[in-house]
Amino acid sequence: MPATARNLTPKSPEHPLEDLIRSDRIPHIWCPGCGIGTAFSAALTAMKTSGLDLQKTCMVSGIGCSGRAAGYVKLDSFHTTHGRAIPFATGLKLGNPALNVVVFSGDGDLFAIGGNHFIHAARRNMDLTVICLNNLNYGMTGGQVAATTPFHARTTTTPSGNPDAPFNLPLLAWASGATYVARWTILHTRELTECIQKAILKNGFSFIEVLGPCPINYGRRNKEKSLQTLKMYQERTIIRNNPQMDDLDVDFTKQVVLGEFVDKDRPTCIENYDKTCRILE
Amino acid sequence: MTGDEACAEGALAAGCRFFGGYPITPATEIAEHMSKRLPEVGGTFIQMEDEIAAMASILGGAWAGQKSMTATSGPGFSLMMENIGLGVCTETPCVVVNVQRVGPSTGLPTMGAQADMMQARWGSHGDYRIIALAPMSAQEIFFQTITAFNLSERYRTPVFIMTDEIVGHMSEKVIIPPADRIITEWRPKPSGRKDRFLLYKPGKNGVAPMPAAGEGYNVHVTGLTHDEKGYPVMSVEAQEQMMDRLCRKIDDNLDDIIMTEAHHLDDAEVVLVSYGISARTSLAAMQQSRAMGMKVGFLRLITVWPFAQRQIAALAERVKALVTVEINLGQMHLEVTRAAAGKTPCHLVGHAGGTIISPDQVIATIKEVY
Ligand SMILES: Cc1ncc(C[n+]2csc(CCOP(=O)(O)OP(=O)(O)O)c2C)c(N)n1
Ligand code: SF4
Ligand SMILES: [Mg+2]
Repeated sequence: MPATARNLTPKSPEHPLEDLIRSDRIPHIWCPGCGIGTAFSAALTAMKTSGLDLQKTCMVSGIGCSGRAAGYVKLDSFHTTHGRAIPFATGLKLGNPALNVVVFSGDGDLFAIGGNHFIHAARRNMDLTVICLNNLNYGMTGGQVAATTPFHARTTTTPSGNPDAPFNLPLLAWASGATYVARWTILHTRELTECIQKAILKNGFSFIEVLGPCPINYGRRNKEKSLQTLKMYQERTIIRNNPQMDDLDVDFTKQVVLGEFVDKDRPTCIENYDKTCRILE
Repeated sequence: MTGDEACAEGALAAGCRFFGGYPITPATEIAEHMSKRLPEVGGTFIQMEDEIAAMASILGGAWAGQKSMTATSGPGFSLMMENIGLGVCTETPCVVVNVQRVGPSTGLPTMGAQADMMQARWGSHGDYRIIALAPMSAQEIFFQTITAFNLSERYRTPVFIMTDEIVGHMSEKVIIPPADRIITEWRPKPSGRKDRFLLYKPGKNGVAPMPAAGEGYNVHVTGLTHDEKGYPVMSVEAQEQMMDRLCRKIDDNLDDIIMTEAHHLDDAEVVLVSYGISARTSLAAMQQSRAMGMKVGFLRLITVWPFAQRQIAALAERVKALVTVEINLGQMHLEVTRAAAGKTPCHLVGHAGGTIISPDQVIATIKEVY
């Protein structure tokens, strides 16, 4: 058969992120309607288009459905222990400052069990990009209450509704010293991708909160179908840059603010260490 | 210099260039010394927010290509356990120093003990093997720290130095040999096509080569049960294969890993078994008993884990009694008893911690069992 003729046979189109995905690990574990995949592709697209040397770019995750991200990216990737992605990433970055280190993990992982590490890495201005997929609960373990679960929401461990208030994550990040803070939902992929790219290219501690549905465990118990959640992401959000940081609660009974909230500069942990500790004479 | 400082100097001599720590008596001086010295040699020190973070950070440091270390005492050692398991499972070389103090809980923070020996062996969940050394002097802690790094690099595994408050805080003369007289090893490096590289395919000694992040191997490192490629595989078979590899690289190399020191074993009727600071007690007790005309020998465990099972079993065949000397209520004593397998009576000289065991206490037991 002539070559031209063979080329006419239809070939399934290549995934645009093919070179960044471990296709030998597909199918992935994420449920239909889950928000993690969209946030994950936004992160990969941002990495790919950022112009960074991808050989020097790593992803670190903790444990959870979101924490599985590190297992699907074709980069040096580390799936660590529950809550400990940030301190692992800190060692990786300090061990070789030439690496670009992206942490991708869940709200429970980063802000309950790992909350202490988050605030300290932000305080030190460790040069990391932290992407948190916030699905308002512990998806992997079947939908328990998280530090981000809205007041009164139902989870398997708050059968009468959550008696506690959730974190305002951008406020926490800002107060801890993060130099870049943004929040989007998985519906806002263009803005999300742009912000992730900006965060990766920026020196210092960057934090991006991505609101994404967990229809299986959170949605089901709170009478939210996947589509309804997405509709809420469209109708009950408002984009506001440089807002009041204490107006950023995730409360869909009111309005949830999205946007780029912090973008400032201060010396990174490594810059400060080099200046303060290395000049001894 | 103190034992703690000698430990830090040993680490630097071994090529350690990353230390993630958290202060705790009686290990703080190691972190303090490293914080001063590491930036002088191009390394990095960081005081993390807790010991969980410290342990996680040194695993990250190791994958960045550095020889990495942390140092702690009982309470911090407890906090490190989960990530020590991650280090074992992902075959990450690093050194963890435990300057033991009295427990349980906060115990007697400024006083020495040797009661974390079983925690060192079994503290993280699941089955695994571990390597632990026990130095008895400041000079020895210097050399053992170098050995610990070499073993951790050779076998791609966390290695413990199980020292104690007494050795850590004692001031002794320490001779630091010139750098060209110190042998330092590095993890085996991969060669061949990067896209075909298998992160856990054993090479020489049953140990797989290890690249660093950023070298183009696109490694996937996970604490989930994984195959040779490093990919998670949720099956009984994968678990069995992974565990077999993890255990075999230690079990097949016991002669290389287990270091002991024999004193007058040839004609001994009673043999003392000890390690760390209690080895000094035991040596004195052995010498004094010999002066009294009793044929006493001493087996010093330099490597405490894996346990010198074969050596103890051989002694048990021919001696009147084995006496384990340690500052706890009987931990390595359990191992000695197990290895002796009923062939000879096994006794313990130990106490609940806070002070060294005196040679007199040991001699009293020797007299009873002789
Ligand atoms: C030390 C420890 N405690 C508990 C668990 C069980 N566990 C696994 S994932 C998880 C919660 C994950 O929640 P989140 O980070 O929000 O991720 P999601 O699954 O929602 O993406 C928990 C509690 C664990 N693996 N390790
Ligand atoms: S349980 Fe929830 S978070 Fe986990 S994959 Fe399913 S939908 Fe996503
Ligand atoms: Mg979650």
